[in-house]
Amino acid sequence: MSRIPVQAPFPGVFYRRPSPEAAPFAEPGESLGPQSVIGLLEVMKQFAEITAGDHGRLVQFEVEDGAVVEAGQVIAVLEGGDA
Amino acid sequence: MIERLLICNRGEIAVRIVRAARELGIHSIVAHSEADADGLAVKLADQAVCIGPAQAALSYLNVEAIIAAAALTQADAVHPGYGFLAESAELAAAVAKAGLCFIGPDAKTIARMGDKACARHEASLAGVPVVPGSQPLDDDLDQAVRIAGEIGYPLLIKASAGGGGRGIRKVENAEELVRQLPLARAEARTAFKDERVYLEKAIDRARHIEVQILADGERAVHLFERECSLQRRRQKILEEAPCAVLDEERRQALCASAVRLAERIGYRGAGTLEYLFDEATGDFFFIEMNTRIQVEHPVTELITGIDLVREMIEICAGRPLGFTQAEVQRRGWAIEMRINAEDPDRGFFPSPGRVERLTWPAGPGIRIDSALYPGYRIPPFYDSLAAKLIVHAEHRDAALARARRALDEFELEGFATTAGLHRRLLDDPRVREARFDTQYLEAWLAGTTDQETLA
Repeated sequence: MSRIPVQAPFPGVFYRRPSPEAAPFAEPGESLGPQSVIGLLEVMKQFAEITAGDHGRLVQFEVEDGAVVEAGQVIAVLEGGDA
Repeated sequence: MIERLLICNRGEIAVRIVRAARELGIHSIVAHSEADADGLAVKLADQAVCIGPAQAALSYLNVEAIIAAAALTQADAVHPGYGFLAESAELAAAVAKAGLCFIGPDAKTIARMGDKACARHEASLAGVPVVPGSQPLDDDLDQAVRIAGEIGYPLLIKASAGGGGRGIRKVENAEELVRQLPLARAEARTAFKDERVYLEKAIDRARHIEVQILADGERAVHLFERECSLQRRRQKILEEAPCAVLDEERRQALCASAVRLAERIGYRGAGTLEYLFDEATGDFFFIEMNTRIQVEHPVTELITGIDLVREMIEICAGRPLGFTQAEVQRRGWAIEMRINAEDPDRGFFPSPGRVERLTWPAGPGIRIDSALYPGYRIPPFYDSLAAKLIVHAEHRDAALARARRALDEFELEGFATTAGLHRRLLDDPRVREARFDTQYLEAWLAGTTDQETLA
């Protein structure tokens, strides 16, 4: 078992949902692949999808929905099964 | 007269308003978010007050926080700038209710003109031509298809509460209309808390021309037009004044129509009426009105010599317009280049960063509106406009040459910007000949311009 951090590639505001009323992209406990979207990062009014980047189970989010994050800050942690 | 002005904005426009207040002898107070405590406007203002966290929804878009800040700082007037709450009837009403002066039209006018379908209706009542289109649609899809058929495709589905290029979808046929209409409604509900949408005929080969007006509630004057066709994703990149393809007769007809509409609605303050201009037929059509100061206002200031921000503050404080239409003269040519913190080589992705090295162009006919300073770190939370390079010269060719010279002198290190793109754009033969429409810039970026066949 290995813990894999998902980091913010640039500073911005992190959102777990595609829109305020929508369901979150991913919930803790879910199994994800490298292309699985876990949230959006808003920078200067543009939105970029944040993907898991690896195979693993989503353990937890390290930041709240709508939180301000710095570049490199850990957004979520995955648990790799066979790394 | 106003004595203490609360400026509820950030970046270059907050700096611009601080400067106007200073010249009028008004005490300036900048209301800012936690992320903008080191902003240039905060440094230049007489006073500053923090109104909330970095997220705009909790600070610059927070009406309660703004009213509380106004009370705390004993402001007697509120200037909203552009963007954020500049066209919020709710803010205008709250400011008036608190017994303060709002630097803009009253809440009723903002609501009426902010509703795009309603603004179209007002325009037609004033005898101003509008793009063929519909009233807001109800839920009946069959009826929508019938109305669409009468107007003719391609069509734009537009949010009544939209504006500034947002809330617009293009459809080519009935099938697309039926599919897109519910999506457009849902999007409008989320984005503007108002799901009403209407249809408007898509005019592809057109220029975007807008008319600046100033009005005191009774009388209105125009300050001529701005040419804003060079856009990417409906966002303006480079603007100029006047427009190279309007003859004097058309110019008079266009500007007079803007004055008619402004006077009809009893407008007060600075405002802009946006039009589409069909170069082939010479027809112009009103599309929307912006009830605020605009980003590109400096080009109008340079050709008329009138300080729009100072004027709007004085007019909204109760002073009647201080000049007649005949006294508004234009001289020469002005061009504004928006320098955005975006990387054109990476799909214009935002490029926030720290200003490591900065040299502004200088010399004759150059104006810089910017909140940058050496060592400043652009926060990632707001729009990407970093600077406006504005030039003025005696005619268009001289202004283009001056713009090239200004860009060559400009040095900024620390993050990617659109400055290099402007330099290439100014060398483009079609731009030099003023032969473009609202589609041209995107085609040019994609490398698909046909130098012969484009209109």
